[in-house]
Amino acid sequence: MTHIAIADQEPELHHPRTFIGKYIWSQDHKVIAIQYACTAIFVGLVALMLSVVMRLQLGFPDQFDFINPNMYLQFVTMHGMIMVIYLLTALLLGGFGNYLIPLMVGTRDMVFPYLNMLSFWFYFLSVLVLLASFFVPGGPTGAGWTLYPPQSILEGTPGSGMGIVMMLASLAIFIIAFTMGGLNYVSTILQARTRGMTLMRMPLTIWGIFTATILGLFAFPALLVSAIMMLFDSILGTSFFMPAIVSLGEATDYEGGSPILFQHLFWFFGHPEVYIVALPAFGMVSDVLSVHARKNIFGYRMMVWAIVIIGGLSFVVWAHHMYVSGMNPYFGFFFATTTLIIAVPTAIKVYNWVLTLWQGNIHLTVPMLFAIGFIFTFTHGGLSGLFLGNVVIDLPLSDTFFVVAHFHMVMGVSPIMVLFAAIYHWFPLVTGKQLNTRLGMIHFWGTFIGTYAIYLPMHYIGFLGVPRRYYALGDTSFIPDSAHALNANITIAVIIVALFQLIFIFNLFWTIKREPKSRINPWDAASLEWHTPDVPPHHGNWGRELPTVHRWAYDYSVPGVVKDFIPQHVPDSEVVYEPGYDRFTSGREST
Amino acid sequence: MTDMNSAPKGYWQNMVVDWSADKEAFKVNWGKVMMWVFLVSDTFIFSLFLIGYMNVRISASEAWPLTSEVFALVVGGEHIPLLLIAIMTFILITSSGTMAMAVNTAYQGNKHATFWLMITTAVLGASFVGMQAYEWTKLIVEEGIRPWGNPLGAAQFGSTFFMITGFHGLHVTGGVIYLTIVAIKVRLGHYDKKGFQIVEITGLYWHFVDLVWVFIFAFFYLW
Repeated sequence: MTHIAIADQEPELHHPRTFIGKYIWSQDHKVIAIQYACTAIFVGLVALMLSVVMRLQLGFPDQFDFINPNMYLQFVTMHGMIMVIYLLTALLLGGFGNYLIPLMVGTRDMVFPYLNMLSFWFYFLSVLVLLASFFVPGGPTGAGWTLYPPQSILEGTPGSGMGIVMMLASLAIFIIAFTMGGLNYVSTILQARTRGMTLMRMPLTIWGIFTATILGLFAFPALLVSAIMMLFDSILGTSFFMPAIVSLGEATDYEGGSPILFQHLFWFFGHPEVYIVALPAFGMVSDVLSVHARKNIFGYRMMVWAIVIIGGLSFVVWAHHMYVSGMNPYFGFFFATTTLIIAVPTAIKVYNWVLTLWQGNIHLTVPMLFAIGFIFTFTHGGLSGLFLGNVVIDLPLSDTFFVVAHFHMVMGVSPIMVLFAAIYHWFPLVTGKQLNTRLGMIHFWGTFIGTYAIYLPMHYIGFLGVPRRYYALGDTSFIPDSAHALNANITIAVIIVALFQLIFIFNLFWTIKREPKSRINPWDAASLEWHTPDVPPHHGNWGRELPTVHRWAYDYSVPGVVKDFIPQHVPDSEVVYEPGYDRFTSGREST
Repeated sequence: MTDMNSAPKGYWQNMVVDWSADKEAFKVNWGKVMMWVFLVSDTFIFSLFLIGYMNVRISASEAWPLTSEVFALVVGGEHIPLLLIAIMTFILITSSGTMAMAVNTAYQGNKHATFWLMITTAVLGASFVGMQAYEWTKLIVEEGIRPWGNPLGAAQFGSTFFMITGFHGLHVTGGVIYLTIVAIKVRLGHYDKKGFQIVEITGLYWHFVDLVWVFIFAFFYLW
């Protein structure tokens, strides 16, 4: 058994002395994680504000003079792009990935801390470029987050000049940042686990993050390639994606390109991206459910395989986003089949979450509420996905609000529910303080009920055929007045939900300022990250010796054992049994 | 876990048990794993570039220029197709050879030979980039080929050519810098304690760049 590198590197670990070395150019995975998280939450709030403005226009058209059609499109685009990439991907992998991987697998840091630091600063740069695009002539791009050419670079689309260039540049920088971080996550998990930490003893959080990172490393290249090609189309006047086209009454110089090529490249990235966001969320929610139900996760091995299979399948379903693009209909048959197959491992996961709760000792703490909320929102979003995965049902529903409702439920609300669960769950580890429970409860119920108030009616107006991305619907005969009324209702719900998020932000500051220190490991979690010598963990994480792992992360309520959980690093010989309990005859099995 | 480690089982299960056991997943240091994962990721980039190239070549509305004519040198009044490319390919493959020798000498602990072999590799790489610059100049100045159009036919010819060879050229340039830095550090004795895996990792990258060139050569110049 050869344990390399990190295990023996303690003396070599570079301990910074100055403030700048410690908090700005930090190479400590925990500081980098917090830098990632703060930046991501900040841009996430920007995107939230954009969505409120957007909804104001949709709910009450012609009421607000400060929103013109161009701005509306720009807000839609930036909201989508920020939420998917700069918030969810960055927070789940850059934030939680960075924080949890070394602690959960028992290393002192990532294998290549310097690269990890660069990863954050490139991410920061990409956010700056993204936000700078609001201030360039013509404003940010308004092409929709999918950036489909030809419209994204032709005059008439807002931001078709500098805006789209800034967007593509920012994406390219983000991809570089992600690659540097991702290589670290994968190598750390594969090569630097501590003694006893076999792959099949890793918490599902790590499995989710690991698989999502692999997906990212293989999927982001498609976005990079399409971004480079579109940059050339836009700046140099090449015709990769541009056919001969008449724009604003004048023939352009473009000729012979293929817009469908862009769609294929984009969705070859775009679909795995859904799972880059979903898989870490799947993993973290499994851990939260297990800890707060005081029960081992149901079907651990199946959960691992489901994550891996979903990850693999996610590369062969991309064209289900393109049923209406005019591609060969036989493709539709293939991609509908693969899409529906993905429902199988996904359903396994949902069943296993529910079965984990079954007969568990459920503590309705704030993280648990968010985790259970996730099961609801994810099931709903997943079921509407079955509709859209079928070609014949997708065709009439394409580009309606039904699609908007579907993907917001499945990859907007659901991962965000998990993110909240995770923040409430791991906050005591990061800061040593437990987020205020009363504020947390208010935040949960407002968010959970609010999202249903927003997205359930949206399915309905989607069925009516209300198209997405329209600035105003005007007097359209097929849209009844009730749909307009619903639209106004949705907008009011959005404003309320947005206000509830302020409670969360307030809670963060309140807790750090006012709440007392909480007990160490307040949730009695068994996984390794809660069992560092210091909480919050110091640079280097572990004391003189790395921990040795003796069991999986889910030994809760083991029959006959005095405490209701056995931490991963406790050997069998130190487990205290109730007097008179014979563990050899009662058939306890631990993994 | 008790259940898992006992008794022989099917191949598949044994493989899972073995692979997920209490050790590094691969019996190499993390740097090599990191480089491999990066190279797979980079493979996706180049594959997608080449697939994109094939796609626009098919969808282009004008005729594709005759590559054997465009990429020909006139030597002594003779039109020799693919001459320059043949030389460039030969140089790059030779550099892979010197790189492999450098890895070998590094593991033997022969720092002097390693240094010079790596520098040779870098020089060969630099001369490859130099010839590429010559080729670009010839195409741009003499043939009038631009990324957005060319007198010989489909505009996509110039676009894909400059994009893909340019991206590969950047990789070679990066590799030359990487090789030089590692070679100097080898000479200065930075790796005496840690061991010389870094030379092999650098070599992995260099062989990859070489391999990618073979595909670009096949798809671009021979098709």
